[in-house]
Amino acid sequence: MTEPSVSENVVPQKQPTHPMDSWLRQDRLPHIWCPGCGIGIAFSATIAAIKESDFPREKISIVSGIGCSSRAAGYLNIDSFHTTHGRAIPFATGLKLANPDLKVFLFAGDGDLFSIGGNHFIHAARRNMDLTIICINNYIYGMTGGQFSPGTPMGAMSSTSPYGNQDTPFNLPHLAEAAGAAFVARWTTAHVRQLKKAISTAFQKRGFTFVEVISPCPTVYGRRNKQPFGIQMMKTLLETSQINHNARGHEWDILLDKPVVLGNFIDRERETFVERQKAFQEHMETYLSEKEIKGGTYGD
Amino acid sequence: MLDRNKNRALTGVHFMNGDCACAEGALMAGCTFFAGYPITPATEIAERMAQRLPSVGGIFIQMEDEIASMNAILGAAWAGAKSMTATSGPGFSLMMENLGLGLVTETPCVLVDVQRGGPSTGLPTSVGQADMMQARWGSHGDYEIIALAPESPQECFDLAIKAFELSEKYRMPVLIMMDEVIGHMNEKVIIPEASTVKPYPRRLPTVPPDQYLPYHPGTDGIAEMAIAGQGYAVHVTGLTHNEKGYPEINSRAQAEMVQRIVQKIRLNTKQIIMLEEDQLENAEIVVVSYGISARIAQLSIQQARNEGIKVGLLRLITVWPFPEEYVQNLAAKVKGLIVPEINMGQMVREVERCSHGKTQVIGVSHPGGGLHTPEMILDAIRRAKE
Repeated sequence: MTEPSVSENVVPQKQPTHPMDSWLRQDRLPHIWCPGCGIGIAFSATIAAIKESDFPREKISIVSGIGCSSRAAGYLNIDSFHTTHGRAIPFATGLKLANPDLKVFLFAGDGDLFSIGGNHFIHAARRNMDLTIICINNYIYGMTGGQFSPGTPMGAMSSTSPYGNQDTPFNLPHLAEAAGAAFVARWTTAHVRQLKKAISTAFQKRGFTFVEVISPCPTVYGRRNKQPFGIQMMKTLLETSQINHNARGHEWDILLDKPVVLGNFIDRERETFVERQKAFQEHMETYLSEKEIKGGTYGD
Repeated sequence: MLDRNKNRALTGVHFMNGDCACAEGALMAGCTFFAGYPITPATEIAERMAQRLPSVGGIFIQMEDEIASMNAILGAAWAGAKSMTATSGPGFSLMMENLGLGLVTETPCVLVDVQRGGPSTGLPTSVGQADMMQARWGSHGDYEIIALAPESPQECFDLAIKAFELSEKYRMPVLIMMDEVIGHMNEKVIIPEASTVKPYPRRLPTVPPDQYLPYHPGTDGIAEMAIAGQGYAVHVTGLTHNEKGYPEINSRAQAEMVQRIVQKIRLNTKQIIMLEEDQLENAEIVVVSYGISARIAQLSIQQARNEGIKVGLLRLITVWPFPEEYVQNLAAKVKGLIVPEINMGQMVREVERCSHGKTQVIGVSHPGGGLHTPEMILDAIRRAKE
């Protein structure tokens, strides 16, 4: 057998590597996201933000629930937990508290985080639990075929609102602010640089940090709402959004006939759950070492 | 400085209720994470853990509901902690979905159900044993479960230690099926020195990350478990998954995964099952029971013996997996099996199934809110004798 001759004209067999390749589980690709979907954009903005961060890779965990966005956990090549529908936050809470050295973040959709998981969201924000939440709001339950969600604007069409959505959607930044989040931002997948920067800030900041990402779902949302193509939806996001970091409260409402307001809205300092827990443990250490722990009358 | 290892054990002789004893057993076993939600009659377990966990450097968190509690203990387990939650009927129902997540992701943890009367809100402050079938079948899909049923505060302590050992050994959630009377009953509890009980270690990977498969079973059918933060980039999903932990949505992967999580229990039933036999040597009639009902039965048996009836007691310490073979052999030898329980007939179905019609099986039902009188069980023994 002769060695194959190496010519300069031969195209290398190996695909060139992408800087993010090592962050992906190559053996799980291709991903499930449809053409025109915005989740991939938000996902790569997230990876870019993580790469910039100081956290060693083995100390970062992603936790997700169920839905199109939550599939991200299965593609990221780090410790990754794809839990049950709506339950990513309490799972992440346990993970973080049992090992506070971990940086734990979530990547999930509007239906998962705010419908079935809504209670967990407000309580984790109230505690200022040290978690970063990236919520893909595509206005719809994508994986089950396009039912309206708590992110669907009033009047929008979906498979379970065939005459227009009668439900009021959540104003997610307002909810996060009221519940106690330390950092709250909203961007769209058409604002990649701002989005990456916001995720980066959220990732580095202590406490409960929240980034809402408005993202196109042409397949099951756009198609029913006169925007069947991703590129069209992206243009609409650019044309009908307004950046205003100083906007407040009800200005963040999402209405079909009004521009969507974007920005880094809230950035405040609150003692976090892990910080309080550390202080408490130090206090208890002193308290308990002065007190004899004995049987029978313990606690009297 | 606190001696955290020593503080695991409140060594001494105590007068303590079953709930507190269960919490002490968990601490002795090395539990460092408790997530729970207040619910009668299990609240004392949470209260005890809130009081005691700081002395071992552990974390107590009161979650927003039982769904969150169950998920938090799973998350904590994947960060390496021995974790526990405790609840009663309504909370147990809420935990069912994520008990399934724990089973399919093979996550060691302990779930305590202090049973009260049901259905629904039922009898919050009084006894029931009507969650026994829910313990076995409550989460959707196919699985096997381990459930232990203590009959005294001392056994709450002992079985809590055992539950943690089994959960680590078989890499799965283990249930402790207490009842309100055992939970609230105060009795002598002896807690030994910390040195006498070594926390059962997590079966961590013995191979480097590039060779590690999170669901590749070892020779005993159990896979090693990597925890977060160690560089193993482990993927954990509730979807049907392959050895690598990656989702695989087909019937072959389903068959492999489900058969494995079922077989790891079915092939090890002999090692798992614990029973207590009392006066079975020459018994013609045997009372098969568990928890507080088994204690009531002891008095009935004594009275029946005084009447000359040869009766014995088989107490199920391990309720699930059910001792099928044992009951099958027993049924071939006796005139009758009596099954008193505080429900309208749950474990009696298992006894009937395993008896294969070889003997008469008499259930003694109590709808809950109180206990059997010894006479109720005695009557059934007399009927079986006739």
